[in-house]
Amino acid sequence: MTWEEVIFFVIAGVTVIGSFGVVFARNVVHSALFLILSLLSVAGIFVLLAADFLAIVQVLIYGGAVTILILFAMMLTRVRDLPSPSDGPQKPIALIAAIAFAVTSIAAIASTEFPNESDKINVVSFEDIGTALFTTWAVPFEIASLVLMVALLGAIILARGEEGE
Amino acid sequence: MIPINDFLILSSILFALGMYGVLARRSAVLILMSVELMLQAVSINFITFAVYLSPETFTGLIFAVFVITIAAAEVGLALAIVLRLYRNKATSNVDEADIMKW
Repeated sequence: MTWEEVIFFVIAGVTVIGSFGVVFARNVVHSALFLILSLLSVAGIFVLLAADFLAIVQVLIYGGAVTILILFAMMLTRVRDLPSPSDGPQKPIALIAAIAFAVTSIAAIASTEFPNESDKINVVSFEDIGTALFTTWAVPFEIASLVLMVALLGAIILARGEEGE
Repeated sequence: MIPINDFLILSSILFALGMYGVLARRSAVLILMSVELMLQAVSINFITFAVYLSPETFTGLIFAVFVITIAAAEVGLALAIVLRLYRNKATSNVDEADIMKW
């Protein structure tokens, strides 16, 4: 087992533990903190895949913005003060569905031979990603900025409420 | 060199956990967090395939960038809706938001 694999298994273990914490923690604030752990270790997985740009974006957007937003929403909706349990009655069915999905998917992965699998990881530089984004993917890029703007306006209008409220 | 299957299995586990969270939780904020986990799994899958199977065109990397962009927009909007729900019904549990149930 090489060092690379040892590092991978450590980071993957932390990711899976964090995700278990997100879905099984009783306290919702603990869930959110486990989510931060899980998202940051996914950034580590991206580094192992030689996708540095994605790792940086992951830390900035998920580790920073998204988790702060979620914690704010928890504070404003006071989810933890609710007397009702956080899990619904459909828990056993959900468990069966999730296990069935995991088993099927892992069996499919294990039995598949991937064609022309390269034997070394190519590092894609920031420059290459930038060039591709602004040439080949220019239209989706512009549409994404439009989507972000509409989402921003929509969020403000939804959260603000009606006049005189 | 880590085998490609390890990354894919990790992403399957993450997706299954997110799926369990979406189906089993009642609070809208917790469901949203589980959706984030599922999106992470998808991103890992995209990047793995981009890096291992088509390193010249790296389309998967670009797709992952867009997945993260859309996820950010989605979180902002969804949390605004949750706040709205809380203001109108004093709860953020999805099974109590049954106005449109026939």
